[in-house]
Amino acid sequence: MTKKFAAEVIVDIIQQQGVEYIFGYPGGAAIPIFDALVDSPVKLILTRHEQGAVHMADGFARATGKPGVVLVTSGPGATNTITGILTAQMDSVPMVVICGQQTTWNLGLDAFQEADVSGISFPVVKHSYLIKNAQDVPRIMREAFHLSQTGRPGPVLIDVPKDVASAMIEPDYDGELHLPGYKVPTDGDPSDIEQAAQMLNAARRPLLLVGHGAVISGAEKAVTILAEKMQIPVVNTLLGKGCFPETHPLSLGMLGMHGTAYANMAVKDCDLIMSIGSRWDDRIVGKIDSFCPDAVKIHIDIDPAEFNKTVQMDCTILGDARRVVESLNAIVKRGDTKEWLKQAEKWRRQYPLKYKKGGKLKAEHVLEEIQNQTMGRAFVTTDVGQHQMWAAQYLLTDHRFHWITSGGAGTMGFGFPAAIGAQFAHPEATVIAIVGDGGFQMTQAELSTAVINRLPIKIVVINNKYLGMVRQWQALFYDNRLSGVDMEGNPNFVKLAEAYGIKGIRIKRSADVKRLIQAALEYNDGPCLIDVEVEKEDNVYPMIPSGASYEQMIIEAPKVKPGMTAPKLEKPVGST
Amino acid sequence: MSTAAGSNGNSSYRKHTISLMVNNKPGVLIRIALVFARRGYNIDSLVVSPSKDPNFSVMNIVASGDEKTLDQILKQLNKLVDVIHASDRTGEDIIQRELALFKLHSEADRRSDVLQLAHAMDCDIVEVSEHATILQMTGDSERLDSAHKVFEQYGIEEMIRTGKVLMARGQEITT
Repeated sequence: MTKKFAAEVIVDIIQQQGVEYIFGYPGGAAIPIFDALVDSPVKLILTRHEQGAVHMADGFARATGKPGVVLVTSGPGATNTITGILTAQMDSVPMVVICGQQTTWNLGLDAFQEADVSGISFPVVKHSYLIKNAQDVPRIMREAFHLSQTGRPGPVLIDVPKDVASAMIEPDYDGELHLPGYKVPTDGDPSDIEQAAQMLNAARRPLLLVGHGAVISGAEKAVTILAEKMQIPVVNTLLGKGCFPETHPLSLGMLGMHGTAYANMAVKDCDLIMSIGSRWDDRIVGKIDSFCPDAVKIHIDIDPAEFNKTVQMDCTILGDARRVVESLNAIVKRGDTKEWLKQAEKWRRQYPLKYKKGGKLKAEHVLEEIQNQTMGRAFVTTDVGQHQMWAAQYLLTDHRFHWITSGGAGTMGFGFPAAIGAQFAHPEATVIAIVGDGGFQMTQAELSTAVINRLPIKIVVINNKYLGMVRQWQALFYDNRLSGVDMEGNPNFVKLAEAYGIKGIRIKRSADVKRLIQAALEYNDGPCLIDVEVEKEDNVYPMIPSGASYEQMIIEAPKVKPGMTAPKLEKPVGST
Repeated sequence: MSTAAGSNGNSSYRKHTISLMVNNKPGVLIRIALVFARRGYNIDSLVVSPSKDPNFSVMNIVASGDEKTLDQILKQLNKLVDVIHASDRTGEDIIQRELALFKLHSEADRRSDVLQLAHAMDCDIVEVSEHATILQMTGDSERLDSAHKVFEQYGIEEMIRTGKVLMARGQEITT
């Protein structure tokens, strides 16, 4: 067998896995691997910061379901990826992060650009490796790809010392993987499925809760069949958007802290709620003790550690969401839910999402217009904060992978680089990054990456010159004592775009929204930045304060008579 | 190792004996320790030893905390790629052994008392010196606990225990 540099073997395996792009940033310890990329068909996308690289790989992975791949150097290069790895871990995104490392004989000696990166990564990865023996490179690389995308997906980090990458090895590309402790559940237990079917058949006010697990497993058809056959209304989590068509008459939209009032009322009144790949996260549950106390609760998940972690279940089914729902579909009966659906429709008519028209330009208006012009066919990424919640409320999609947002970690700076990754994955598609003026500035250096690759991304900066969500909390719960939320010193974003050679558009007036959004969507000669100057002090409603019960939902802004101040609200017990 | 869970007001707060089979690789111990530490569980004792197969190690951990948190800890442990299996063996009929060394203060005038006591308690005498006697005892943890209490009256200078090791009875393989 011919010998090869281990670095070449790393790149060979990346190619064998069908990877088209590596997002990365070089440095001394990673030079052997970057060198091997020169002769490889795998394309290297040079970013402007390692955090940008990880979020791009994340966006690529969420837009395709395939692992995103990152290559960085040792020390600070690797530690700069940690936020992005946490983001991927919290949202179960398949990713392989390869880090250069000091030479094996320098490990633990505080050598230049040495950091114990696999150690730092432990709490935020699905798994991590430090390769000490070059002969292990092919097995570990293949294990990493396998782990990242099977079962509950997640990020896998591989630390590759420079001497390991530079060693000559006889690669074995088909050797056995050594993962004796790794189990991947597939089909659910038939008796659990039978029990769930009986519960569903007996329910009169059932509700399906669709989460990211359903998106990942490709359960969209199965879930639609279940909902239609049994006539069950559907709510989705922030990350579950697009699995069950949001424009479907049975869809009540997003539930939880900033979900629609009608979704939340259905949660409050249902007699059965079945989670398909949602982990009953605190944004959804609020106060655990008072969450649907009388409803039967069923949970389908591929990760047994999620069962009974927060809310106690009446039935749990361990398995792949698509397969489990398909098995359920074979045995459930058509439900009698007419009264329940009528009630849900009543709530939908009575408490629609609304915002104040007229006056200063509202973010909701711009998002509504984007929805009207794209009809859920665009890939949308967001950052974190008010704009994210408004986007989740107003940008509806019927397609999985089209909604890309940092849910669990809530990582500011995610949206724009994630859009770059999504555009690489779908070069012909419309990709829109909805970002705030705060978060965008955290990773705006990637404007270079977007422009040199001529990616026709639409970057919509919802610019209220505030860290709006924190300001909303300070206004509602902290006597409007604003602290650390004023974004004074924001650049002129249109001029900033122009400095990068990017088209910049500014929207200031409601009357211009339709025309300028259309112009931005039609512009395809590289990126386009739309600076939307919106009302500074708009709040996101509905809102269930953190840690509160569904009874405490605030449906719309409290009406305040002229000269009076809004009633002060109790400080929430939950975090953020 | 980790910080103590603190509040003992919870009635489900108790000592748990956990048995693990793990890959014999560097870094496995810290991954396991992190699962306990993040959930506020204090590790009272921890034994890591080779198993019959050199690819795997056996771990026995005694840790204190409440039932619900332990359930989450076990699930998270089983989720680790390097963990083959992890289970709670508390209260099961299983062979458990521990070894302790006690250094007792024993001047010449009290030495014969100490030696007599050692004999009565079925301890091995490891060393007798001018001012101290070192005793060794093996058995289940409860036996060691009661010996500890008795020896305290004689002035323990130093004590160390190995932590619990477990083995299933009969033909059953310990998991």
